[in-house]
Amino acid sequence: MNRMQQSVESTQALAESDAIAVERTLAGDRDAYRVLVERHSRNVFRLAYRMTGNQHDAEEVVQEAFLRAYQKLGQFAARSNFGTWVYRIAANYAIDRMRQRQKEDARRETPRAEDKDGMENDPLNHVQDKAPTPERLTQSIELRKQLELALAALSDAERTAFVMRHWEGCGIEEIAVVLKSSSNATKNTVFRAVQKLRHTLQPYLETKAQARAMGTES
Amino acid sequence: MKHMTEEELIAYREGVAGQQAVISEHLAACEECRGELERFEAVLAALDTLPVPDPGADYGPRVWREIAPRLAEKPGRWWQVWMEPRRLAALGAVVALIVAAFVAGRITKRGNTGDNIANKEQVRERVLVVAVGEHLGHSERMLVELSNAAPIDPGQKEVNISAEQRRAEALLQENRLYRQTALQEGDAGLASVLDELERVLLDVAHSPDEVTPAQLEAIQKKIEGRGILFKVRVVNKELQQRQEVTMPAPAQNESTKRERNKV
Repeated sequence: MNRMQQSVESTQALAESDAIAVERTLAGDRDAYRVLVERHSRNVFRLAYRMTGNQHDAEEVVQEAFLRAYQKLGQFAARSNFGTWVYRIAANYAIDRMRQRQKEDARRETPRAEDKDGMENDPLNHVQDKAPTPERLTQSIELRKQLELALAALSDAERTAFVMRHWEGCGIEEIAVVLKSSSNATKNTVFRAVQKLRHTLQPYLETKAQARAMGTES
Repeated sequence: MKHMTEEELIAYREGVAGQQAVISEHLAACEECRGELERFEAVLAALDTLPVPDPGADYGPRVWREIAPRLAEKPGRWWQVWMEPRRLAALGAVVALIVAAFVAGRITKRGNTGDNIANKEQVRERVLVVAVGEHLGHSERMLVELSNAAPIDPGQKEVNISAEQRRAEALLQENRLYRQTALQEGDAGLASVLDELERVLLDVAHSPDEVTPAQLEAIQKKIEGRGILFKVRVVNKELQQRQEVTMPAPAQNESTKRERNKV
């Protein structure tokens, strides 16, 4: 049996196992729902974090998504994939949460505090050459800030479309359902998102690359 | 050689291009487009370095512990969806329509029994005309307010359109019902205008609560560009005329439907 076949079979087995857990939950077995929560939490967290950009909001999105999924589980019965379904609920709630967050930030009119885990999640820590010099640390924090600013400059729909397509590999149809939009409009939203990110980040990245080439950066 | 557009390259990179193979072939032969694609790749690669924190191996059980006390004894059934306030309001509108049609039908039944079937059709259309007229009036007012919205002072960075957004959300539910009814009634012209209105309402409902003046201008241009206000006004006026002319027993007027189809 080749690897591809194994992967397809394990996905099918998971979907079947999810379907059984849903049936049992609907019959009143709450522990069956526990299986679904424990199985899909991490995937939903990843999506929620990329959409909201902070851990606290992402955790709230995950909890709310599973609560809403439980409340609406009767509607799911005829559907085929619980993972995709709860994912969609989480994406919708994340959009609401992002809007709410923007309003709160505007009211406070103060820049959001840096996440306390800012250093641990430093993007340059994932690059192989990571000499811990003070200059490098400053650059990596700056790079991360630029990337986050570029993502924050996207509209809610653009960020959702970009996260779901580029990072989560969702199909256009699936994203269109979340955005309540047509396939063509969704493709355009993905396009706009990438175009905006490029226009915001490319000048910064090119300046850095030039500085590196000229040896003015460590 | 004709180069790939930015849109084609992004679609190719994100795997949503219609002609992946054609673009791939072009890229193999065109250095300029390859360079352009590499610049996209560099930006996306930088974004890929943004990490997602690990929530911990016990994350699933932790989520369960948090939500378990908040779960009801049994999960929701499909019919509970209809108990949500917004859906109840839409359901109420449909019930009101059916009751109005029934009452009007009972009244007109006392007339000539030979015309009963025709009367029922007329009554149904009359009810639809009144309800849709009202709906179009509300939509028009919301769109006019949105079209006239502007920052209070030139330095204002954001304009709050949350009121219009909420109204658009409520109108969206009604609009779907009326569009479906118009389709069932064979009124393609009305259904088409309602379909266009639905797209505009969707756009407004999905806009952020607070938009920058530039975003507001884009929304206003979209409304203007689609000519939806004009179409809504024309159809609404025509519906009002039909209501006035045909009361108390309006006749099915094919010519007016044809006129509307032109709009």
